[in-house]
Amino acid sequence: MARKEYAFYPGCSSQLKASASNYLTSVNAMCKTLDVKLTPIPDWNCCGASIGYAGAGELQRHVLNARNFALAEAHLPGQDVVATCAACWLNARESKEKLHGSAQLLADTNEALKEAGLRYEGKADVRHMVEVLIEDFGYDELKKPVVKPLEGVKFAGYVGCQTNRPFGIAGESFENPLYLDKLVETVGGEALTKYDQKVTCCGGALAFSEPEKSQKQIRDIVEAAYDQGADMIVTPCPLCQANVEVYQSEINQRQGTKFAMPVTYYSQLMTVAYGGTAREAGLDGHLIQPVKLQELAAKK
Amino acid sequence: MGATSTETNMADPNATALARYRNDFLKEVEERVEEGPWVKMCMQCGVCAGSCPFGPHWEHSPQKIFMMIRAGKRDEVLRSDSMWMCTSCYNCVVRCPRQLPITQIMHGLATYAHRLGLAPKLQPTRDFSLQFWDNCTRTGRVNELKLTMGVYFKDGLAAGIRKGWEMRRVALGLLKSGRLNPFELFGGHRCKDQKGVAAMLKKAREIEEQRKRAPG
Ligand code: SF4
Ligand code: SF4
Repeated sequence: MARKEYAFYPGCSSQLKASASNYLTSVNAMCKTLDVKLTPIPDWNCCGASIGYAGAGELQRHVLNARNFALAEAHLPGQDVVATCAACWLNARESKEKLHGSAQLLADTNEALKEAGLRYEGKADVRHMVEVLIEDFGYDELKKPVVKPLEGVKFAGYVGCQTNRPFGIAGESFENPLYLDKLVETVGGEALTKYDQKVTCCGGALAFSEPEKSQKQIRDIVEAAYDQGADMIVTPCPLCQANVEVYQSEINQRQGTKFAMPVTYYSQLMTVAYGGTAREAGLDGHLIQPVKLQELAAKK
Repeated sequence: MGATSTETNMADPNATALARYRNDFLKEVEERVEEGPWVKMCMQCGVCAGSCPFGPHWEHSPQKIFMMIRAGKRDEVLRSDSMWMCTSCYNCVVRCPRQLPITQIMHGLATYAHRLGLAPKLQPTRDFSLQFWDNCTRTGRVNELKLTMGVYFKDGLAAGIRKGWEMRRVALGLLKSGRLNPFELFGGHRCKDQKGVAAMLKKAREIEEQRKRAPG
């Protein structure tokens, strides 16, 4: 038996060949080292994301999230649901809170779920992968498997919005959460604690619909990382990762900047520090190459 | 689900709502908009107004919108472009001294305006939001390529190609790094129980409409 087992909710962006597929690759490698077994919730569905609101009703959103909980409860009883995507985690958690706060909403949700042959019991909790790392393992435990400390690599820890607000990680402040910097230090990297765009919004889903307004946000996020002398940005959120990496070329073209700042996931740092290959860490999945990490991964 | 006999004029939901609430826009918001009952709790401190990442692009900050609701400025609020600027960053929510769920109220107002047919036409975030929901509920999972294509081609073929061309470096890059799968266009990821997902969502819509129609 594995050391820890969870009902895994990978979310749409982590699917094979989707925008955050390399996040999933590195999470799998990291969990293998930590002896964590992630069993995907059978036939999980999309959380509706924050941006789906205009088409969705309130109840429809809760029903979508309740379906995932119901499937987890039926197939993986006793296991916490763990999400890697900030939006999946937030939406599932928000639905859960609402359902527990209103008997009417809960009854309505179960009436709708009956159409899919399911029932929401409210037993399983939903947690972010970062919570699992910090709360179920702790920094000391996470340090033990490090064989290749990320010495000399400077990271700007970009937490973003939805892993931080409105719920956040227990014990952290909204304006200056420290866990990402601590994770960087745990694996031997240098955390640039003065990086001041840590919790700035990247525009989220509005990067598609309001590209210019979002690119202004992204420009601030990247520029501040350069100001601190960062080798790369690290983030826990797949949408932050995609927005901040992908739009740099557009910003360069429109505004004459010369941005080429790699944006990585905490799980990639950990995988490399745990001795994983570039492929296991999903380092082959970037538009802007995280050279320093790739070099470390290649080193014997 | 049998329609209730009290309201038959479903053809124009805006006329129905106007007839029912007359000049009481606050009551209308409380009964029809997600988290609407919170609006009266706002103490107009203005903290939220300085929190939005797209702040300069909001004609009316959340604080102003709450004030306008209480002042009965129905048309101005529901036709406003402002709520559609919300990025769901939750900055306001963690700062509001009265703990209003401002993000949900903004989404709720935008959704309500859209359903009444009052939301500004060609609002890009509205289009994206509808497409996203459509995309995610058709198969139960989001198909990123179809979603992206839908957004580019919403203004027609020529505009779509131009837009796609502007973004070609982004798309090509994603393709090369294995993060965008062209075969998504022909199916791709989906839930096995699509039928069950569709049936439960239909039921949820029916229940919600029934509740909102019930006398408040
Ligand atoms: S922060 Fe809260 S109380 Fe203050 S104006 Fe905004 S909604 Fe009202
Ligand atoms: S969640 Fe929306 S309303 Fe609140 S600060 Fe962010 S953009 Fe503004």
